Amino acid sequence: MKSLAITIESVRKAYGSYVALDDVSLDIQAGEFLTLLGPSGSGKTTLLMALAGFVRPDAGKLLLGDRDITRLPPNKRDIGIVFQNYALFPHMNVLANVAYPLFLRKMPRAEARQRALDTLARVQLDGLAERNIAALSGGQRQRVALARAIVFEPRVMLMDEPLSALDKNLRETMQYEIRRLHDDLGITTIYVTHDQREALIMSDRIAVMNCGRIQQIDTPQRIYDRPSTRFVAEFMGEANIVAPGSVRRIDSAEASGETLMVRAESFHLDAKLVGRDGIVLEGTLRAKAFRGENWLLTLTLDGGQDVLVCIPAALAGGCAGLATGQRVTAYAPATKVHPLPGASA
Amino acid sequence: MTVIADPSLAADARRERRFFLSLSLPALFIVGLAAILPILWIIRQSFLTTGGEYTVSNYQKVLSSGLTWSALVTTLELSLGTLVACILLGTPLALALASVRPRMANMLMVFVMLPLWTSILVRTYGWLVLLRRDGLINAALTGSGLTAEPLPLVYNFTGTLIGMVHYMLPLFLLPVYAAMRDIDANLIRAAASMGATLRQVVRTVILPLSAGGIFSGSIIVLIYTIGFFITPAVLGGGKVNPLSTRIERTLSTFQDWGSASVLGILLLVVMALIGVMLLAARRLVAMSTVKASHA
Repeated sequence: MKSLAITIESVRKAYGSYVALDDVSLDIQAGEFLTLLGPSGSGKTTLLMALAGFVRPDAGKLLLGDRDITRLPPNKRDIGIVFQNYALFPHMNVLANVAYPLFLRKMPRAEARQRALDTLARVQLDGLAERNIAALSGGQRQRVALARAIVFEPRVMLMDEPLSALDKNLRETMQYEIRRLHDDLGITTIYVTHDQREALIMSDRIAVMNCGRIQQIDTPQRIYDRPSTRFVAEFMGEANIVAPGSVRRIDSAEASGETLMVRAESFHLDAKLVGRDGIVLEGTLRAKAFRGENWLLTLTLDGGQDVLVCIPAALAGGCAGLATGQRVTAYAPATKVHPLPGASA
Repeated sequence: MTVIADPSLAADARRERRFFLSLSLPALFIVGLAAILPILWIIRQSFLTTGGEYTVSNYQKVLSSGLTWSALVTTLELSLGTLVACILLGTPLALALASVRPRMANMLMVFVMLPLWTSILVRTYGWLVLLRRDGLINAALTGSGLTAEPLPLVYNFTGTLIGMVHYMLPLFLLPVYAAMRDIDANLIRAAASMGATLRQVVRTVILPLSAGGIFSGSIIVLIYTIGFFITPAVLGGGKVNPLSTRIERTLSTFQDWGSASVLGILLLVVMALIGVMLLAARRLVAMSTVKASHA
């Protein structure tokens, strides 16, 4: 199966005065797993539907490989889609659902049946071919939807929040399975989600969207550690945006006047670590919460700003003993302090 | 550990159930009074002579008459003709209504429903004005030279059918439209993404999933049209005589309550047979769609 690159060129889409896609451009390499991440209303699903052909852009161009598909009807695009609610045909059983695209392609009955059964085995649904859709669990439906999207060997796959209806454990299992399936097939995949953890775990690259624009596109690690905007910083995890004046710097390397971004889990409470390169915050403990794997502390700095500090439970012998109202000093190493140009705290 | 049930809680539950059941009593009473009793009375009438003695001669007379059987054929022709026309006209219309934007669909629905707000008598005479030899349609046809002679559009089977289809179309449309509107748009998108053309989407997704609505609409059409009276009486011009007009004639011309009752029972039996056949057909369709969709 030869997968294709996708090129999105200056795509715009407005509904009345509401701009859903504001001049979006994006290059996705052949075989890449790219996630569109953003809150609801950020335009990520609109972009996906434009690629699928269900939303007609007002302007711009969509390319599959070298081919312009901007005006191609959906049924000619040869794109596999997994929908949020699975969109399985309730009047057909599992086998008929998976064989449907082959039936449309006039594949001989026996061959289509065999191919559908093979694909069902690939998503670990052997033996369920004759089941009715209504008799399947959520996770099984998800697998049928996957099988149906890959059975006709499309060269691009689009997935619209496919795991949002599953419970947490199953969701995590499916994240690894979808990624493994992608690696086996090498199919270019665009995956939409609003769950930043899911995006971090699954993607080659993440495009963070907000208000119809792509805020940043990069590898998961760089998006997390080096966000380019305040929005990306806060969307990707517990971020503290602090003005340079409210912290004490120990080094002189990056002593510019820029706003700083520090992740909650980058802090230490150990006084022994203070003194090496980094920043020091002093504040009053306002609240603390035990979250299983870690403690989340809220410090109020003397300037009045709240800072979140996350301490691993394994190291947090001291946290249980901390009382609200107590003075706390937190330290973050310079490597974990990221300047945010253009943002103000 | 055993849990001991509290009898007073069970009694509360029983009281609640009884209360909700009792809400159906007024309706049951009216149905009993207005439907069951008259039917029993008609059955009794059908076995009485004009003198009041018990007899089966009414049945012999009615069932051996050629007029009865031709009336039955006319009834079935009108009913099935209306049904076929409703399916052919109404299904695409419902599909169109279900595919346009909700605002547009609501506006179009008003136009579809408008005829239902008008009395059937007014509408039937309205058709007379349009379809007569010197009516608007024939005037337009001959005036424009499309036809040399006015077409015989009314006082015959065609005119009756036009009137009946006009009456039934909105009633057929409603359940079909409701069924189609309830189809998840993503199912249609999914089919398209896998390569289905519009035709294939309609055949493999939309029609199977709206079969229930089409079935309900069909039952409504058949129930109404089996006993249709005003439209054949006005637009048939005496030449279209289904069972309903035969019953009226038997009563008004011959005051023969016995024969009229037999005809009424015949109508009931026909309705019951059609109902059974439709239910059987539905079960067959439901079974075959799953099989047919196997690639």
